[in-house]
Amino acid sequence: MNKKAKTFLTALLPFISAAVSALLYFALPESGKQKQMPHPFYMCFLLAAVIILAVCFIAGIFAKDFGKKLLSKAPFYAGLFLFLALLNTIVSKTRLLPVLYFPSLDRITGLLWLQKGFLVKNLFFSLGLLSQGFIFGLVTGFFTGLALGYNRHVGYWLNPVTKFLGPVPTTAWIPLALSVFPTTHGANVFLIAFAVWFPVTLMTASGIQSVNKVFFEVSETLGANTFFKVFRVAVPASLPQIFLGLFYGIVSSFATLMAVEMNGNSEGIGWYINWQKSVMQYDGVYAGLIIIAVLCSFILTMLFKVRDKIMVWQKGVIRW
Amino acid sequence: MVGNIKINNVNKSFDDVHVLNNFSLDIEPGSFVSLIGPSGCGKSTLLRIIGGLERQFDGTVLLDEEKIIKAGSDRGFAFQGSNLFPWLTVKGNIAFGLKARKIYKEHKNDVNEIINLVGLNGFENSYPHQISGGMQQRASLARALVGHPKVLLLDEPLGALDAFTRMNLQDEILRIKNENNMTMLMVTHDVDEAIYMSDKVVVMSARPSRVEAVIDIKLPRPRVRVQDTFALYRNKILEILNFGGKVHEVEYSI
Repeated sequence: MNKKAKTFLTALLPFISAAVSALLYFALPESGKQKQMPHPFYMCFLLAAVIILAVCFIAGIFAKDFGKKLLSKAPFYAGLFLFLALLNTIVSKTRLLPVLYFPSLDRITGLLWLQKGFLVKNLFFSLGLLSQGFIFGLVTGFFTGLALGYNRHVGYWLNPVTKFLGPVPTTAWIPLALSVFPTTHGANVFLIAFAVWFPVTLMTASGIQSVNKVFFEVSETLGANTFFKVFRVAVPASLPQIFLGLFYGIVSSFATLMAVEMNGNSEGIGWYINWQKSVMQYDGVYAGLIIIAVLCSFILTMLFKVRDKIMVWQKGVIRW
Repeated sequence: MVGNIKINNVNKSFDDVHVLNNFSLDIEPGSFVSLIGPSGCGKSTLLRIIGGLERQFDGTVLLDEEKIIKAGSDRGFAFQGSNLFPWLTVKGNIAFGLKARKIYKEHKNDVNEIINLVGLNGFENSYPHQISGGMQQRASLARALVGHPKVLLLDEPLGALDAFTRMNLQDEILRIKNENNMTMLMVTHDVDEAIYMSDKVVVMSARPSRVEAVIDIKLPRPRVRVQDTFALYRNKILEILNFGGKVHEVEYSI
């Protein structure tokens, strides 16, 4: 009974904390310095979050595994609501921080809602650019790494080139790329591809070079030819490293995406953030940052999901 | 009968180290031969030459009158340690050779048969790290055997296993040999294992190595591990290896 009561209380924590949040919102007067929004967006956001959480917890009662997972997260959600309440008190109730750079949560959530169409359009633009660059980078990086790692002669000629060009920060290529490529879009894709290419090449090559030689010997005695040795031994054996390279590559592709979008693009979340900054709309800057954070962590989560699926035989090289 | 290996005047050096010195040996088809000798004497090197993994050497090695120049599926190789591919399941590992040779579809049943033969039913879909060392070694043997090689080369395949698993697998290897009628050549450090399993035990000398003696093991099969004649062979081999007479020379220090 005691344990049951404790579980019940834990499950209730986020709701108590959300209620405290709402109470603070209504009890404390607005400072008046912050520009008011037409609707209480932050309140709506809180309400929506509470409803979603409540639905999840009710579902958790029936789906035991899901419920357990959710229950373990309950203190975290409770903390999150309290943090938001604190933040809101600081920025819009007491305005302890400069109003210009620290807009109220009402304005950030309001902007996310009011400009959702425009933001989604920019998000898709960024996503399109990122995925094109990423795919180019991945494919070229994988094959360069494969050739470097497997073939001594290719390695002799290509290794110095890779080592010389690879470490150059992608952003340093921006001016050159913009003038060499006929379109800005082409230049952007190239730059993002470059950011992915280097780590994927490096890790693929080093992965293949560190494959236990015995595996090649085993496959030879079983009648495997070179093609089979490369794609059925070398590649799967070095998948952990290849994924590591992919992880580094994807992280640096995010950075490059932002850099190119802030440099001479007129679309994309990076451009949006920069534009909002230049018109002193810091609520837009925050909205853009939130979207980028969600996008990047979503992509990384997907990457790790794929990795776990492909590499059931080896789990936990990087935890996410 | 196939699986005759003729080793003629093989010389092999690694840099300045002369490992095999005019090594010659004729292995009858269908026989079980063990190579035994002091460590570093080139037993494994010889096996790797026959397997086609060591390609730079002087002399010739013939398999059924054909010169061995590279590795091939006519010679199965069981390595020290199981060396299963960790990214493939047990079944995937065993089917690897058939898939490499693009004959998997026709020989799907062979895979299931060999899984039965080595007693791995129920573990087909396990990954190597999920099964015991003995099972890994069985899977490794199955992988080497599934393509029906003429010769199976065993490089201390049971060295890393505990005594009981080891004895079990020795019997299993012999059973497989009888059922498939192939030639087996095994490198081992274990004199008892050599006597128990072999038709012939080849004792090699220290580096640069040649054949010191070939001992016919004329014990009836199936063999019994506890047997007086066993000890006779044992003593004989140890004597050749120069371990027999040294009992009295050992100095004790406490």
